[in-house]
Amino acid sequence: MEKFTRLTSVAAPLAEADVDTDIIFPARFLLLLDKAGLGKHLFHERRHRRDGGMTDFVLNTPPFNEARILVADANFGSGSSREQAVWALADFGIRCVIAPSFGEIFFSNCFKNGVLPIVITGEAHANVMAAARTGQPFTVDLEAQTVLLPNGPALSFDIDPWRKRALLLGLDEIGGILADDAEDISAFEARHRVDNPWLFLDDGRMEQLLSQGDGK
Amino acid sequence: MTARTLYEKVWDSHVIKNYEDGTSLLYIDRHLVQEVSSPQAFAGLAAEGRKFRRPDAHIAVADHAVPTTDRHLPLPEGLAARQVARLKDNCARFGIGYIGMNDARHGIVHVMGPELGFTLPGATLVCGDSHTSTHGAFGAIAFGIGASECECVFATQSLRQRKQKTMRVNLVGRLGDGVTVKDIILALIARIGTNGGVGYAIEYAGPVIGQLSMEARMTLCNMSIEAGSRVGMVAPDETTIAWVSGRPLAPAGALLDRAITYWKGLPSDTGAVFDREVDLDVSALAPQVSWGTNPGETASVTGLVPDPTVETDPVKRQKMERSLAYMNLKPGTPLEEIAIDRVFIGSCTNGRLEDLRIAASVVSGRKVADNVAAIVVPGSATVRLQAEAEGLDRVFRDAGFEWRDSGCSMCVAMNDDRLKPGERCASTSNRNFEGRQGLGGRTHLMSPAMAAAAAIAGHLIDIRKLETMH
Repeated sequence: MEKFTRLTSVAAPLAEADVDTDIIFPARFLLLLDKAGLGKHLFHERRHRRDGGMTDFVLNTPPFNEARILVADANFGSGSSREQAVWALADFGIRCVIAPSFGEIFFSNCFKNGVLPIVITGEAHANVMAAARTGQPFTVDLEAQTVLLPNGPALSFDIDPWRKRALLLGLDEIGGILADDAEDISAFEARHRVDNPWLFLDDGRMEQLLSQGDGK
Repeated sequence: MTARTLYEKVWDSHVIKNYEDGTSLLYIDRHLVQEVSSPQAFAGLAAEGRKFRRPDAHIAVADHAVPTTDRHLPLPEGLAARQVARLKDNCARFGIGYIGMNDARHGIVHVMGPELGFTLPGATLVCGDSHTSTHGAFGAIAFGIGASECECVFATQSLRQRKQKTMRVNLVGRLGDGVTVKDIILALIARIGTNGGVGYAIEYAGPVIGQLSMEARMTLCNMSIEAGSRVGMVAPDETTIAWVSGRPLAPAGALLDRAITYWKGLPSDTGAVFDREVDLDVSALAPQVSWGTNPGETASVTGLVPDPTVETDPVKRQKMERSLAYMNLKPGTPLEEIAIDRVFIGSCTNGRLEDLRIAASVVSGRKVADNVAAIVVPGSATVRLQAEAEGLDRVFRDAGFEWRDSGCSMCVAMNDDRLKPGERCASTSNRNFEGRQGLGGRTHLMSPAMAAAAAIAGHLIDIRKLETMH
């Protein structure tokens, strides 16, 4: 995973509540099988006119077309679990999203892809949004957990320590679990099997079910 | 021992280890795999040369991209065919169970999983799909995950998670005629908001729950994510046990007895403390319809399209204005005057046999309005076959509905079932987002009874008036 340490960029203001993952990445593009190259479909309906031209959506408008930070509003990324929403943001170049609240699955997906979601609420969020509109660059410093607004104060934000570490070091979470926790998983699994054998399906029930299907 | 909630009991029994920062490694018993969120997860596993830890804990089905017509034919060449083929190939490669498109057990993951007995009380279950909350109806901790997390479950059978706060929704009173559980959940979302449940695991409780079938409980838990909660649960009771017993993947014999003993210990203890309590009296509830572009933008069908100018919060006002512009609705219009073009009855929210029975009883002996094209998409082949055995397909067809094969269909519009730009649909699905049912399409969410009534009337209508409509 790409590391996230410190990022300086203009921040695109998207002052709209409840921007769901269907808006971020419309469902019809979910048929694609790859992670890469999805940025062209990001906010597709907002960025593209039906006649093929481009709209004046914020991410189409200089200097925000180069933005690596997005300042969004409440409940950003609500709805579907599609990680394509994050892959598309990252592919477009957005590495940090600041909003008062997020859809939970989207929020979690960000951390798997080197994208930093930051929760800033209330008046502080209003200041961030206003600062974004100026087109002046911000600096997001993950180590210090601050957002430095142009000519403004440094706003601090919270982040889970393990997620912070994973972003700072670009850690592969699955590799980490396999390296550090594999014995614990095996020990738990053995105990779980004894305590709750009805939860395990390797006793022939699954085979029997599958043998009755046509498999097509 | 301290009194614990249902959620805490299932959580505690699946903690592999607690990390110093308060997060936990949670063991995952079951994983439902579908074609949309899995290709990149399988590819990631293969690219890293990682072993698939426990194939028996996973089962796969293609539900989003499959057509709902002409299923006996090969899929037309294209992206959907490639995606379905990829899932089947990956299942063969990694040794996990795959239910084919023409299998008599095929269905939307969230309909099929419970039908197979793959979903069990007291289990942890995940799927790369946000409506995985559905399975919480059985007293499981079930939640939607992204593709990276799917890969993590393939490789480790676990996920690092922080325990959620708990919210109990107490449902009291008695549902009136024509009012169903879909109206309860829509009204709840309208009340607490689409992010009201963020950070919480919801437990639905109170005297109303005992009156609800498993199908109705699944509808309730299914839409928890629309209130922002990844997890929605109902404590297992005799209704749950009766429903699960005898399913092909459910435990049987002595193993079932042992499981039942365990399940009976799962309900929240008396005195268990929830972080938030919400009370909802369902007695006065009218049928609900959404008017905007998220499920929280919902009102009683007896009401009017709301007026943004009375909203004081500028962000909310702007969102309402945007929603009304997208929906092409004028403030103050009676909701019942909104004419529709399409009706969709189906989805993981309302594509079960009980839903189809209710809808069929409404349309029986009536005709779909001339201005409306209506389809019924059973949530699974099991539902379809059972409905056909009861003659429901005939009732729908006689009324002018199309009767389709199982799949997600027009809830997500990834196959050919979609609205045209500007079309307006009365839908039993779960999301009325912009473009959700097709580019430029307009969705009004409602119960199966209300969607059926709208099909007959040609416009949104209070189901309670339909009897006197002719």
